[in-house]
Parts: sequence; C-alpha cells; structure tokens
Amino acid sequence: METLRPILAEHPFFKGLDEHHLDLIVGCASNVRFNAGEFIFRQGEEANHFYLIREGLVALEMFVPGRGPVKVQTAGEGEVLGWSWLVPPYRWIFDAHAMELTRAIALDGKCLREKSEQDHDLGYHLLKRFATIVQENLDAARLQILNIYEVRA
Amino acid sequence: MAALSRDPEYILERKDLQKLFDTLTANGYRIIGPRIHDGAIIYDNLLSAEELPAGWTDEQDGGRYRLKKRGDGALFGYNVGPHSWKQFLFPPRSRLFQVDKQDGKLQFKEEPVETQKMAFIGVRSCDLHAIAVQDRVFIHPIAPNVSYQFRRAQTFIVAINCGQAGGTCFCVSMGIGPRADAGFDIAMTEIVNGGQHYFVVEVGTEGGRAIFLQVPHRSAGPEEMAQADRAISTAAAQMGRKMDTTNIKELLYKNYGHPRWDNVAARCLTCANCTMVCPTCFCSTVEDVTNLKGDHAERWQRWDSCFTMDHSYIHGGSVRASTKARYRQWMTHKLATWIDQFGTSGCVGCGRCITWCPVGIDITEEVRAIRETEPLSTELQEAHHGDT
Amino acid sequence: MTPRMCRVLRTRRETRDTYTLELSPPDGADGFRFAPGQFNMLYAFGAGEVPVSISGDPAKPNSLIHTIREVGTVTRAMRELKAGAVLGIRGPFGSAWPAKEAMGHDVVIVAGGIGLAPLRPALYAILANRQKYARVVLMYGTRTPEDILFRKELERWRARLDLSVHVTVDRAMAEWRGSVGVVTTIIPRARFDPRNAIILVCGPEIMMRFTIAEFEKRDVRLDQIYISTERNMKCAIGLCGHCQLGPAFICKDGPVFRYDRIQPFFEIREI
Repeated sequence: METLRPILAEHPFFKGLDEHHLDLIVGCASNVRFNAGEFIFRQGEEANHFYLIREGLVALEMFVPGRGPVKVQTAGEGEVLGWSWLVPPYRWIFDAHAMELTRAIALDGKCLREKSEQDHDLGYHLLKRFATIVQENLDAARLQILNIYEVRA
Repeated sequence: MAALSRDPEYILERKDLQKLFDTLTANGYRIIGPRIHDGAIIYDNLLSAEELPAGWTDEQDGGRYRLKKRGDGALFGYNVGPHSWKQFLFPPRSRLFQVDKQDGKLQFKEEPVETQKMAFIGVRSCDLHAIAVQDRVFIHPIAPNVSYQFRRAQTFIVAINCGQAGGTCFCVSMGIGPRADAGFDIAMTEIVNGGQHYFVVEVGTEGGRAIFLQVPHRSAGPEEMAQADRAISTAAAQMGRKMDTTNIKELLYKNYGHPRWDNVAARCLTCANCTMVCPTCFCSTVEDVTNLKGDHAERWQRWDSCFTMDHSYIHGGSVRASTKARYRQWMTHKLATWIDQFGTSGCVGCGRCITWCPVGIDITEEVRAIRETEPLSTELQEAHHGDT
Repeated sequence: MTPRMCRVLRTRRETRDTYTLELSPPDGADGFRFAPGQFNMLYAFGAGEVPVSISGDPAKPNSLIHTIREVGTVTRAMRELKAGAVLGIRGPFGSAWPAKEAMGHDVVIVAGGIGLAPLRPALYAILANRQKYARVVLMYGTRTPEDILFRKELERWRARLDLSVHVTVDRAMAEWRGSVGVVTTIIPRARFDPRNAIILVCGPEIMMRFTIAEFEKRDVRLDQIYISTERNMKCAIGLCGHCQLGPAFICKDGPVFRYDRIQPFFEIREI
C-alpha cells in the first residue's frame, strides 16, 4: 500500500488533494492488472470499486440481443472508470472489457463510502471530483446521441 | 442635398421630348421607360413620348399602391413602381452556358454578350444609386458578371429629379436624393407651371452631351433653374419616412438576438416581394436542364430570394429555416453586412419594399424599433441565447 | 462561369456513403494547382453542380482528388461515374489552410467525419515539409469504424515517428479495439504547446463548436484556431449571395477562416 501513495497523488483525478485525505484513500487502494480480453466488471454485478487507469484501454460495452456487444465509450490512461459504486443499488449497468493489457488502481467503494460517512470533507472532495467526471461523460454521451455525422437525406 | 457646382443647364420643351426619343432610336438605342400597365407604372419598351403616363401620379403606403390622376399633364409626376432597372441589366432569367455531350466528350458553349444597347428614360436618384450599388456587386475584382458589365457599359441613362416625394420614400435620410448627383448621361427636372411645360436639363457625360445637342434646346435662365431647385426641395421636404443610419452596422451586428425579430417574423409571410422589387437585391440561383435525348444540357440563371427555404439549404436542411432567421438575414444584409462586403449600404431609400409588402412591413420602423429598445447587454455573443 | 471538361481517371468507394473520384486536369491544362482547403465546383452533365473540397496532394497537380459524400441528387449521380466518364469543373475557389503560417508551430489537426477529406491536403503539405513544423498531431473522430476514411493511410501515418495519430468512433462493435467516444474525449491525449499551437478543425458544425470549446479550456486563443465552413453554393465567385455567413462569403472569404475573425457570427443560431 505504501508504494501506491505517490501514484495516487500524481494521478490527474486526485491532483490537489491534501495529505490527510490522500492517506485515507490510500487505505482503500490496491494495484490491479487485467490482460487483454479480460472483463473488469460485468453488467448486473455488485459495483464495489472504481478504477484509475494507469495504462491500457478499457471499453464500456452493452450486449444488445441480435447485435452483440456494442462499445459506447472507452477509458484510457489517466482516465477514471466506474461510478456505480457511488449510488445505490451499487450495480454495474455496463460490461467493462479490457482491450489491451491494462494496469489500474482499484479503489474500494465500500471502504470509501464508510470513510466518507465519518469524514464528510473526504466525501465532499470525492464527490466534487466525480461530479466533473460525470458531467464530462454525460456531455460526451449526449453529443454521441446527436448522431452529428448522420446526413438527413 | 447641398448645391453642386452648376454646370450650364438647358431647357428642353415638352413638345421636343419626342426628338430626344428619336435621336436615341436613331443612335441604335432600345428605349425603356415608364408606362402604365395593370394599374401600375412599370418600365417597358417605349417608342414614343406619348406612351409616358402623362397626368398620372401614384399613392403609396405600406402594402398599398394606387394610381391617381393629377391635375396637370406632367409626364413624370409619380415616383417608383414595382419595377426597377435591375431587370434590364441583370435579367430575371438568362442562360449561362450550353453543353453538348458527344463521343464521350463535353462541349461547353459560352453565351454571347448582349449587343443591343439600352436607354433608360426616367431614372430616379434612388435608382441611379441602386445601379451604382449593383455595379459594386457585379463588376468585381475576382470574377465579374460579364454580361452585366457589357450591358451596363452600353446603357444610356436619362435621369429624372423627383418633384414630389413618394408615399414610402426615404432617400433623403439615406443621403442619396432626391437630386440626381452622378451616374447619368442626362438629368432632367420637369416643370409644369400654368401654360409652361419644360425640362431643366443637366448634362452628365460627353455621351450625354453628344445626344442632347442633337435635340432642340436653349440655355436655362436663372429663374428656370430656381424653379427646378424649388421642385427638388419640395420633394426633399415631403419625405414621410426616414431611416436613422447612425452606426447602423454596429447596431444590427449587436442585435442579432433582439426580440424585435420575433415580432416582425410574426407578420412576415416570406413572400419574397421585397427582394423582387428591391433595386439592389442580387441573389440568383441556377437551374440545370437537359433535353430528352440526354445529349444537350443548359444552365440557366434566375433571380432568387433569401426568403426561400432553398436559399440556405445544405444536405438535409436549411440553415435559415425560421421566418425570423430569413427576415433577419435580408435586413441585416441590406443595411449592415452589405457595408462590410461592398463599402456602401445596400439600401437606397426607394421605399418599394414597404409599398409592395402585403402586410406593410416598414424597414425604417424595424430599425427604429431595434434602436429604441436596444437591450442593455450589447455583447454579440449574447445573441445566441435569444429565442430560437 | 463556364466549366471546363475533365475526365474521371479512377473511382474508389471509401465507405458506405463516401467515394473518391480522381480526375484528370481540365482539358489543355498542365496540371491543376490548388492550395490545401480549396474546393472545386463539379458539374455532372444535366444533373447539376456541387462544391467539393479537393482532398488530394497539392504536390501532385496531375491527379485531382475529390472525396465526396452522397447527400443529394448530384452526388448520387456522381457516384455512378466510372473511369473515362466526363465531368465539368470550375475552380479552385476559396481560402486555404495556413500551412505557411503554421511553420515553426505545433500543429493539431482535428477532423470529424467527412471533415478529414478537406484536411488531408493540409497534412500532405505539412508532411512534405515536416522539418519546418514542431509537433504534428492528427485527431480523427467518426461515427463507427466502418465510416473511417482513408484507413490504410491512417495506419501508415500512425506508423510514422514524427506524427501522432489518434482515432475515435462514436460507437463500435466487438472487433474495434480502439477508442470509443466523441472526438473531444481524445483531445487530452494530444501533446502540444497551447501558447503557440495552430489548430485546424473540420467537421460537422456541432463537432467544430465543441472541439473549439475543448481547446479554449486548454488556454488556446481563438486566433490560433482555423475552421472550414460550409454553406449552400451556386456560383462560387461571390455573385449569387447564397453562401453568406454574416458578412463573409464562404466561397471567397472562406471556407477556411481563422476562428477569431468569424466567431461573432459563427455562434449565432440560424445566421
């Protein structure tokens, strides 16, 4: 766990977080790695983690009957994957599928939720950062819905 | 209008006007001038001065045009009707080229230029300026409209100084009338006074002089010139409308989001009348047609209007779909972006758009409404927060 | 305003709705010189005329390449043309990408959909003089992997050590191993100096807008960004009035604009 602290501190997501809260978070962090083709999480499973991608590429997929798995978004180096751990019922909606060898820091959601209940400041800092992630993803998703490359003939 | 340096002026008697027509005809000109047709005074081929609308005047207002008899026999005692001179210099339909497909090759054939020269009789100052405005559009450093250029170079212009203002005129506030100051070969002011009926004539060019000196005339005396000045001043004083052009470009550039556009959009029918009667509107479109055999095709140019949905159509939709956007395009182009594009306003204050609008939209009133209720925020970027 | 005749040398289907025509220079002409970003008016006999950006290499004046998306009658008619067919051509028209002005700077090229076609000549010009530029990055977004234009060329460019290439799609099926998400989501991957980079953007208007917003977030000034715009065109020489965007005629003041010069008008809805 000790060796994870500098990595967390440098990851764009936690940039600027103060020492005390970083310590709290390190206690919930672990190093993970997925081979190309492995699933990081699957639709319907309990959502207990989120992932800071350090290298590699992960695709969010939805299996559509008759069409197969459709990729709706990818997350790569420096990006954050997963926020279903934040809100009940804490279940994944999509599959997360590693496209390449992917190394990440896994943050234990249950662990962070408990610590945030005790230290509301920690909760505020986490939620502030996640609000940005959610907003960026929502905007991007809405732009995808617009189907701007389509031509109305 | 300030008094100009006075070149020698002449008197042409009413009875000798026909000689002017004859001289022009003898010199190969096709004469075009005002005549009555379908209850309006329009411009058409004339052979004789007797075809002019003697003793008629027009009553104009927003969405209203009527002819009325005058108490005298004035030949030019009216203002401007639905026609302008642009239809002769820039025809509503003209062929651009023909092309034949033979042996797997395309043979393009350009159109020959027009050789018939035209003489315009009775061009008002607003229309003189409108011609000058279109000159700037069509005689162009990059790619001139060649057929316009040719026709223009061969056109002889007999201008008329208005003796009364039309019901919708506002040339004075646009700074271009009612006295014709430039761009004519001959300019005339008609005087009908008791038993007298004559024209005070000013010659504008050598070509004008060459024609005019062949027509019976005498020098104008000071009293006659004063009469002409009085007639023109009367017209200037009678203007019922005016356009405040102070910083008009900046005013409109700052107000693309003004609520007034919604107001006028609720009235505008996008009928495109204004663009058809406007003497400076120049939008055109092209039509490509083929014969049934498929071996001969032609491209035709015809007048177009920014009020059509087609005008701004790109793959799948029109950029300017709403009435508001189209009216705004027309007015901001005419009064503002035209200045950046061509160095002058596109509007000459002839009033035709007001007269011929079926619902009487008045461009001077629209400008006033925007000017008087300009929003506090003047950032152009705010414009796109306005209503759709 | 009269077209000249040219011949179709080669045709190629690029994607399901996009194709490329390679044309000979017009009859009698010794090559066809153009600047990257310019366009021609292509005339299909009897059907009509459309503006098409030139998508080929300015250093190869004998091979005049146009990549065309099928959007209407004329572009559908042109899709049926085979080698040897004849077309009318007028041009080149319009303003060009700032290949010269960008020398000495980082260059970031962001293309959306068919927007890669008018940008390709700029990239060719830059690569032909590669040592005159600093970092060069190409970002390309399109709808699905099947809509990717110039795929083999993209792969060759990506293999170069002096060019970064990032491609993303809006959605994909299982076979796609690359990024998924709108093109702004890959902009963070570009390495460039925001103080001096020149950004070239071309694609659907919405895409250009949110791309510009993304660069503004990174402190790039509006006078560092160039866009290519599109409007209805008939004459291409500033006489018919159709292509106006505010005071600008897209056919002669554009289609390429330095963004700060067109920005007040570009942001107005339905202008």
